[in-house]
Amino acid sequence: MTNLLWRFRGLALRGLCTSSAAAAVEESKKSKAAVNLFSAINQALHIALESDPRTYVFGEDVSFGGVFRCTTGLADRFGKHRVFNTPLCEQGLVGFGIGLAAMGNRAIVEIQFADYIYPAFDQIVNEAAKFRYRSGSQFNCGGLTIRAPYGAVGHGGHYHSQSPEAFFCHVPGLKVVIPRSPREAKGLLLACIRDPNPTVFFEPKWLYRLAVEEVPEHDYVLPLSQAEVIRQGTDITLIAWGAQLAVMEQACVEAEKDGISCELIDLKTLIPWDKETVEASVRKTGKLLVSHEAPITGGFGAEICASIAESCFLRLEAPVARVCGLDTPFPLVYEPFYMPTKNKILDTIKATVNY
Amino acid sequence: MMALNRLVSSSSSSSAALLRPLSALSRSLSAAAAADAPITVETSVPFVGHNCEPPSRSVSTTPAELLSFFRDMAQMRRMEIAADSLYKSKLIRGFCHLYDGQEAVAVGMESAITKKDCIITAYRDHCIFLGRGGTLVEAFSELMGRRAGCSKGKGGSMHFYKKDGGFYGGHGIVGAQVPLGCGLAFGQKYVKDGTVTFAMYGDGAANQGQLFEALNMAALWDLPAILVCENNHYGMGTAEWRAAKSPAYYKRGDYVPGLKVDGMDALAVKQACKFAKEYALQNGPLILEMDTYRYHGHSMSDPGSTYRTRDEISGVRQERDPIERMRKLILSHDVATEKELKFCSREQELHWSCVLWLFSHDIEKEVRKEVDEAVAEAKESPMPDPSELFTDVYVKGYGVEVFGADRKEVRGVLP
Ligand SMILES: Cc1ncc(C[n+]2csc(CCOP(=O)(O)OP(=O)(O)O)c2C)c(N)n1
Ligand SMILES: [Mg+2]
Repeated sequence: MTNLLWRFRGLALRGLCTSSAAAAVEESKKSKAAVNLFSAINQALHIALESDPRTYVFGEDVSFGGVFRCTTGLADRFGKHRVFNTPLCEQGLVGFGIGLAAMGNRAIVEIQFADYIYPAFDQIVNEAAKFRYRSGSQFNCGGLTIRAPYGAVGHGGHYHSQSPEAFFCHVPGLKVVIPRSPREAKGLLLACIRDPNPTVFFEPKWLYRLAVEEVPEHDYVLPLSQAEVIRQGTDITLIAWGAQLAVMEQACVEAEKDGISCELIDLKTLIPWDKETVEASVRKTGKLLVSHEAPITGGFGAEICASIAESCFLRLEAPVARVCGLDTPFPLVYEPFYMPTKNKILDTIKATVNY
Repeated sequence: MMALNRLVSSSSSSSAALLRPLSALSRSLSAAAAADAPITVETSVPFVGHNCEPPSRSVSTTPAELLSFFRDMAQMRRMEIAADSLYKSKLIRGFCHLYDGQEAVAVGMESAITKKDCIITAYRDHCIFLGRGGTLVEAFSELMGRRAGCSKGKGGSMHFYKKDGGFYGGHGIVGAQVPLGCGLAFGQKYVKDGTVTFAMYGDGAANQGQLFEALNMAALWDLPAILVCENNHYGMGTAEWRAAKSPAYYKRGDYVPGLKVDGMDALAVKQACKFAKEYALQNGPLILEMDTYRYHGHSMSDPGSTYRTRDEISGVRQERDPIERMRKLILSHDVATEKELKFCSREQELHWSCVLWLFSHDIEKEVRKEVDEAVAEAKESPMPDPSELFTDVYVKGYGVEVFGADRKEVRGVLP
């Protein structure tokens, strides 16, 4: 494991690093620089546009760099025909992206906030996801990648904070991917762009500036549908994705002080998800805790818990546990009450381990 | 005729409200009886109609109405400036969109309708709320997420509502409020109470598919719906022409008639809204495009100067500012029609224009004081009770349980 520079709410965190062995070898040969998450995304988009002339980036205000600066410099370098602003019309612009992808292009669509993906929900669920199936593979929109910043930022309120991933995890034909750090973001985004299936890529906006990590400057992809054990442990398996991993990591450190050894897994791809890695870990620890920011009921944690209860029933030593957002709309005030915070996780770790 | 009655009653009540708290000057002013004398003012520019005959440019008003417009707009402006500083001192968190520059739309629209008419708008909603009779304390409390807020502190800047004032709020998803407005209008048509709905949206929102769906339904069912496009020429950083093939938003209803209005001129807005209400009650929907401008950036994280020039902004401030326009109107009106009127105040013989000039500054001072007091009061309002996190999700008592984070230990029925 490489040591990373990780800044999170003033706390230096180690261990949330990428450790794909092959990538590590590659990297040691090439240059890397400490960059934040939005810059890592920006690098990935530069590489995508550079490496395939049939790649397009568009969305609201993207030719100016986008509200989170992820698309800075792209229009200048690749021209207004490949990087352009769309009108404010999510349903239309995603549908447009599906058509563009159906012609064999790579369409990278930015939805300004994940909260605004819902006008495009029908296009994603009914058009994009089922195009291949219903045309018997005559057509597909595999070149489509939808990027959207998701999650809490501390004070975003109802419409700048939501985590809608579970809605899309209910849709066969789509892939849903969420990175936890700059290096992961770059490699996973490039993987999504090049994957021959439509993908939805949710970016943890809390980490856009806060997460800083050494990111290789060259072109690389990280495998989809492959989870990663980012912290080895023996007493309990913890599963999360995106920004929640940083919170989980803090809980692991605290739990360790009480002599509890946690194994932390970054799921990375939510569908199709890597059951093997999760099962192998639960077989070892006998306990499972899943955590996400989205409301608990019907969240993707429910799917993981049900699957594991089914496949690891005889190995489980405690009920599977979930620490998630509350079943309320995302609140403006009392956001910390809503959130699956470190202390809530820690309490549940202890309760599960001492069951 | 009914509309006219309402117009009279609403303007007289607002002038009463206006004059009550003001200084000795204002009392003498109302005593001068000139306050209610009808006058006629030309709008700054002609209306442009699409498939309809535009109303006359001559707007009838009174000195009292001009002063109330001035005062209400000054109050709105001051409120937004205060919100800006509260945001900068981190007392307002989250997303906050200010309305300064666009005040004439809120004020002019309000003067032509009643509180039984409905208004629904997007997230740039603070001043519409004030226009609908909301108070400064409710506004500031909501902005700071306090109990005394108009949405109990649970909505914040983008979600102001006032049911008793016919204000259906504050919506965060661009364009989503417009079909809702058609539903409101259908409800109004059904009960035949002679009221209408004003559904407001921006030039950016005008490109959403929902807009066209709403227009079609409104026209198909002849709904008393007025779609008000507040064209401030930018949707975030995108200039209208970059996002719209035709930025003539008043024409974009095609089969739905439209009217282009100078949205920086409160009297033009009043005339247009009065016309629109009468039109919609008889014929169905109409689009009003209000040509307006926002001085602030889109939201607090936008300095507002990267996609437009400072000259453009200062040009609008100098030439089209709705408050300055009103101040000038008040003064010039005097020159035109009240030349002879002398006015006695503080044992001095003052010329009417001089009085008005003093008066307008007096109003601004007073408004500033009101705003400061409201801010102070709002700061005293407590945060909502933590249990409010769970209220208003479902109807109380309808059997919904809440769980603790792990779904096991903590369990209760929703308050
Ligand atoms: C469906 C949706 N997409 C994107 C956004 C983000 N957003 C908020 S306001 C805005 C611009 C809207 O511009 P306009 O309609 O002109 O209104 P204005 O802000 O000028 O009042 C955008 C893109 C949103 N709130 N909802
Ligand atoms: Mg606009």
